[in-house]
Amino acid sequence: MSEGKGAEVVLRLDRITKRFGALTANDAVSLTLRRGEVVALLGENGAGKTTLMNILFGHYVADEGSVEAFGQPLPPGNPRAALQAGVGMVHQHFTLAGNLTVLENIRLGTEGLWSRGHGGARAKVERLSRDFGLAVHPDAKVGRLSVGERQRVEILKALYRDARILILDEPTAVLTPQESEALFATLRKATALGLSVIFISHKLHEVMAIADRCVVLRHGRVVGEVDTHATDKGALAALMVGGELSLPRAEARAPGAVLMKLDSVSTPDRGAAPGLKKVTLDLRAGQITGLAGVSGNGQAALAEIIGGLALPAEGTILLKNAPVTGWSPGEALARGVARIPEDRHHQGSIADFDLTENAVLEAYRSRFSRRGWMNWRAAREFAETIIAGYDVRCPGPETRIRLLSGGNMQKLILGRAMAGGPETGGPEIILANQPVRGLDVGAIAYVQSQLIAARDRGSSVLLISEDLDEIMGLSDVIHVMSQGRLSPGFARGTMTAAELGLWMAGQKFGDRDAA
Amino acid sequence: MNAVVDILISASFWAAVIRIASPLILATMGELICERAGVLNLGIEGIMVIGAFAGWMAVYQGLPLWGGVAVAMAAGMLFGLLHSTLTVPFGLSQHVVGLGVTLLATSSASFAYRLMLPEVTSPPKIAPFQPLHVPGLSDLPWLGEALSQTALTWAAFAMAGLVAFMLYRTPLGLAVRAVGENPAAVEAQGLSVTGLRMGAVIAGSGLMAVGGAFLTLSAFSSFFFEMVNGRGWICIALVVFGAWRPGKAVLGAILFAAFDALQIRLQQTPLGAALPYQLFLALPFILSILALILMSRRAEVPAALMVPYNKGER
Repeated sequence: MSEGKGAEVVLRLDRITKRFGALTANDAVSLTLRRGEVVALLGENGAGKTTLMNILFGHYVADEGSVEAFGQPLPPGNPRAALQAGVGMVHQHFTLAGNLTVLENIRLGTEGLWSRGHGGARAKVERLSRDFGLAVHPDAKVGRLSVGERQRVEILKALYRDARILILDEPTAVLTPQESEALFATLRKATALGLSVIFISHKLHEVMAIADRCVVLRHGRVVGEVDTHATDKGALAALMVGGELSLPRAEARAPGAVLMKLDSVSTPDRGAAPGLKKVTLDLRAGQITGLAGVSGNGQAALAEIIGGLALPAEGTILLKNAPVTGWSPGEALARGVARIPEDRHHQGSIADFDLTENAVLEAYRSRFSRRGWMNWRAAREFAETIIAGYDVRCPGPETRIRLLSGGNMQKLILGRAMAGGPETGGPEIILANQPVRGLDVGAIAYVQSQLIAARDRGSSVLLISEDLDEIMGLSDVIHVMSQGRLSPGFARGTMTAAELGLWMAGQKFGDRDAA
Repeated sequence: MNAVVDILISASFWAAVIRIASPLILATMGELICERAGVLNLGIEGIMVIGAFAGWMAVYQGLPLWGGVAVAMAAGMLFGLLHSTLTVPFGLSQHVVGLGVTLLATSSASFAYRLMLPEVTSPPKIAPFQPLHVPGLSDLPWLGEALSQTALTWAAFAMAGLVAFMLYRTPLGLAVRAVGENPAAVEAQGLSVTGLRMGAVIAGSGLMAVGGAFLTLSAFSSFFFEMVNGRGWICIALVVFGAWRPGKAVLGAILFAAFDALQIRLQQTPLGAALPYQLFLALPFILSILALILMSRRAEVPAALMVPYNKGER
């Protein structure tokens, strides 16, 4: 921001190519970074951003191309060399040891293994955390820290090693809007001191807010490089997705009767994950209920209650105004609750089963067997219906599901969910837990439009997502979860992202309790 | 009841407790280092056998006692190298490799014994470590007898202190603790996950072998095939009992040794005449299981224990 085009080039990636089997994750990607600037690396999930940075940092070895830091070539596949050259990386999945303290995590690997260690570490960490506004206690166990605090430790780790180039991989994915602002303030301090930053993101407003320049990746290729001053969100979005697609937005609609009601439901805490705290929630016919919040604030507990995987410790579940009895996953399915699980690989499918077997997992006893014998012909026809109806790209129903891309796997799970329900008239309640996480933009648009279509047919959809844009675009009514507490419902368009952010951070709950 | 109290206050009982605990402490420290680095070493039982054999054979062949200890340690490290090569860079199942190493080490000892002493019917004796005379301390009335121990026993307790110091006071220990919790953190800080884990397993296996050698060079004066007798498995339980902390693991070893020493003495009381002796033999194990259940509930297991690390995998 401060020094512009004339400043020295600190980092140069030259025609990096990386293949994983048949997939070309990076295709001749080049990038330069100058002193004191923030370059955003923008692209959809799977565009190759993280792969590129892992090559830069030495976690992967590129098949072709070279990396140069401060004029010196970096040897490939060597994180230590990258660190010594002044490259610091904050990974999307933090690389911290939870059993060690903040200070220990920062010191790790900075001293000779056989030396006594030097005493100045604590003072240096304290100075850095003051200078860059990264408040965190040096003696706290990392395992007990919040996600935002862990990120600060990661940044401190890089700064402690005198990093001159900071790479941040999707740093805001796990933060509340307020925490993101604090992060941006830190980055501004860093660039003012002459550091350079690569900021990986797929969130346009963040890129516009923090970056000087923006490199857009699509399918592993650089499709554009623009100054953020000279562009706008729309142009960037078009570059990112290729301009062919726009995400669906649901139009407002009058809600119907309450299909399911949770009445002051509480569940016990599970380790660091909070349980539900007197949650009362109405799920209405013909309505999409959005559940916003940073993950790990009780969303999983709520999803388990609705899906029948767990029973409330206190409170009741009512279906059409009648308390449920014998609540279990089977009962939930029989009563018309369809589920799109959060983790499609581990909860939603069995990797080595073929598509037919995966398609009938929820109904093989009720609909696809007679007197204990499987009716494979009907099962296969059912799978073929889903494959055709939901555009699952695959060689055929006998393909093992592990070979499908995330998007196609999710389409099969979506089709399976939509085909369930009483007398197969379609599900009444659809529990969609992070339904588009990790999907490419085409699959996202498809899954979201199907959820809207289900709502228009009169189903009640509960959409759990960490992505505020998704929540605000689709939901008729929005609740926020924080520390297991549920906010009141906010009708479409009555809340800004910043206001929801305050709820996500838990600040508004105190107000309500006091009032 | 009086008989038990008489046993518990006798100096000879506590001398026995310390003696029995020593090999357990050495091998437990070895296992603890491996597990702190993220590798479960089920080779421990066999490595103790090979250590017991190699140390004894080296001394029988004319080496000094400390030379026997060194040979035992080297033999253990060799099997540690085998174990860690298979489990760390190749990422094979730590259960299968560990049991394989135990079988291989045990049968190697048997094979080498037959090869080197083909004509012998009963194993020859060596002159083992003798109790150390510590000026002043050894002349004290009760304590002098309880602490009448060999140099190898003193070394075992010193080793526990050394391991604790290494783990909690040195950068090396920091790296070992981190690699057992999150190898990605170690890699991201520019350290070698493979190097740290292999080093931990090799060093730990060396300690296990010295624990085995204690049996032939200090506790007894000869080598029998059944002499290790499940002590390796006990050490794995002691690591859990100690919640992966050296100090608590030493306490666990002393507790187990006390049960063991107690049951031997109880057999000689009127109680021993009334009850079958197998019951007494089982006593330390039963009590250990109970203690394990009570103690290890809240233990923080190293998060990456038994998880192989593959660099650059997606």
